[in-house]
Amino acid sequence: MILTGKLAFKNLIRSGLKTWLNALALSFAFVLIIFYNGMIDGWNMEARQDAIEWEYGYGHLRNAEYDPMDPFSIQDGHGILPESYRKNLTPVLVWQGTIYPQGRMMPVLIKGIATNQKTVKIPSGVLNTSTSEYPVLLGRKMAESAGLKKGDPVLLRWRDKNGTFDAVEVTVAGIFETNVPFVDGGQLWMSLKTLQEMTGLHDEASFYIANEAYVPERIEGWTFVDQETLLKPVTDLINAKKYGAAIMYLLLLAIGLLVIFDTQAFAIFRRQKEIGTHIAMGMTKREVIRMFTVEGAMYSIFATVLGGLYGTPLFIYLAKNGISFPVSGDTMGIIIAPTIYSVYSVALIVKTFLLLVISATLVSLLATRKIAKMNPVEALKGKAL
Amino acid sequence: MNEKIIIIENLVKRYPMGETEFTALKNINLTFDKGEFAGFVGPSGSGKTTILNILGSLDIPTEGKVVVEGKDVSNLSEKASALLRKEHIGFIFQSFNLLPVYTVFENVELSLLLLKKSAAERKKAVTAALEWVGLQDMARKKPPQLSGGESQRVAIARAIVKKPNIVLADEPTANLDAENAHIIMQTMQKLNEELKTTFIFATHDEKVMRYLKRKIHLQDGRVSKDEAMETKTVQS
Repeated sequence: MILTGKLAFKNLIRSGLKTWLNALALSFAFVLIIFYNGMIDGWNMEARQDAIEWEYGYGHLRNAEYDPMDPFSIQDGHGILPESYRKNLTPVLVWQGTIYPQGRMMPVLIKGIATNQKTVKIPSGVLNTSTSEYPVLLGRKMAESAGLKKGDPVLLRWRDKNGTFDAVEVTVAGIFETNVPFVDGGQLWMSLKTLQEMTGLHDEASFYIANEAYVPERIEGWTFVDQETLLKPVTDLINAKKYGAAIMYLLLLAIGLLVIFDTQAFAIFRRQKEIGTHIAMGMTKREVIRMFTVEGAMYSIFATVLGGLYGTPLFIYLAKNGISFPVSGDTMGIIIAPTIYSVYSVALIVKTFLLLVISATLVSLLATRKIAKMNPVEALKGKAL
Repeated sequence: MNEKIIIIENLVKRYPMGETEFTALKNINLTFDKGEFAGFVGPSGSGKTTILNILGSLDIPTEGKVVVEGKDVSNLSEKASALLRKEHIGFIFQSFNLLPVYTVFENVELSLLLLKKSAAERKKAVTAALEWVGLQDMARKKPPQLSGGESQRVAIARAIVKKPNIVLADEPTANLDAENAHIIMQTMQKLNEELKTTFIFATHDEKVMRYLKRKIHLQDGRVSKDEAMETKTVQS
């Protein structure tokens, strides 16, 4: 095996430019696979981090009736969590309402949050320092769609727990910037206490956001949804994009592999005399096949070296400076930062390298298995195929 | 008594040819002693190359028995047959069959690599073999940079570097001019005399025939004459 490897290496190195051109074609696939996956991994990492910091914390303890995905029952899911269970939890009460910016009617999801919380990045402390009677917070995108600025008053109408309509004029006490559309679009944040008073749901909450120190326990009428379960849709969505785009780089890989197949298949035809000579000198056909297969597989190693040469500076640049996206996340309905910083893990590079080596080996084996059927006497004359 | 290195008994070789068969060798019976300098001579299609290929275990007999170095080549597995070639047989081809991307040194070294000899052993043996053929100064050159005569001398060095018991040479001078043909034949004659290597040729070249100590005439796949020649060394 070492000998065939040495001979294969020598054959490739001595073939000069042809070898490097083939390796270059394959290296494009290598670099693109790492580039794209690194970008997706970076996006995934940022999106997960943003979702944790802004929305999920370390899990949600939900009222058993609360289903954030069901607009018809969203107001039914609330209750009083016994005081002894509230350690390391931030309460949030969710209620439906309507605002009337410049006289337009705009349905909103009112979220009351404890103003002294530090579990998520919603700047709820602003609600404490505001001098307005009904201070509220809006995300930038929500503020833009409602045409509201900091300090603007707006009429808020809602129905209390008995179904009675009520309305007050709230003031935009702050506008926050976030990449997470699920805490921004169509939402209005206010003090939990105020919302509880407005709705008559004293001491009640729809769900609680857990912090790092929270230890889940069984509580009747409440369900704990852990961080991974909450993040699953985010990861699934990003992975779906990852697999979709895989078609693009797999096509490029296929072109690279086709080049190797072509080169090796042609080499078998062109180097029949060489094959015959190797057999005459005492190599078995299996050893000759192995030598040619290793030759093909070595293209992938050369491609990795070449790809590393021009890919590494690119990857370092992208990891440091990121890639800016002109389309913001709210229009795409996904968590996406304006700049994505690619993440290139050792596992990603090793996996890509192995994919390249295995596929190049298989393709090369496909091309060289004709040797098994070669008559050595005819091969020596160059007439075996 | 001379050691029999090759024994051929009732050798028949047939090739399929459409729906019929072509008989290339018909009932050949021969033996070769160690150190012979013999050759199959005859016109094209007489079966010279076929018999050489069978002796080299590159092909198998249809009928009969061919024993080379004590091994019946008709019953050898592919691995055993490769081992026989690797350890005991050297080949010289009409078109040299040198590997173009390797240097002269590497071409000669290849058979020692297959025998898993150490780097020091390889260097010593290759240097000696190149000296034998007078190409010690061309070790770093590649085959495309060599003349036909030089290429064939490299092929000879490659064949003898592992000190095989048998060297099979198929039309070794066919691509060479008269002067180079004589140089090649003298080189092989010297090797035969000094190393006691058995040389068996397939040729229809008069220049080669002059050097042979035994001429086996083939005619339509049969041995028509087997003659021992004078044993003097031929000078060009």
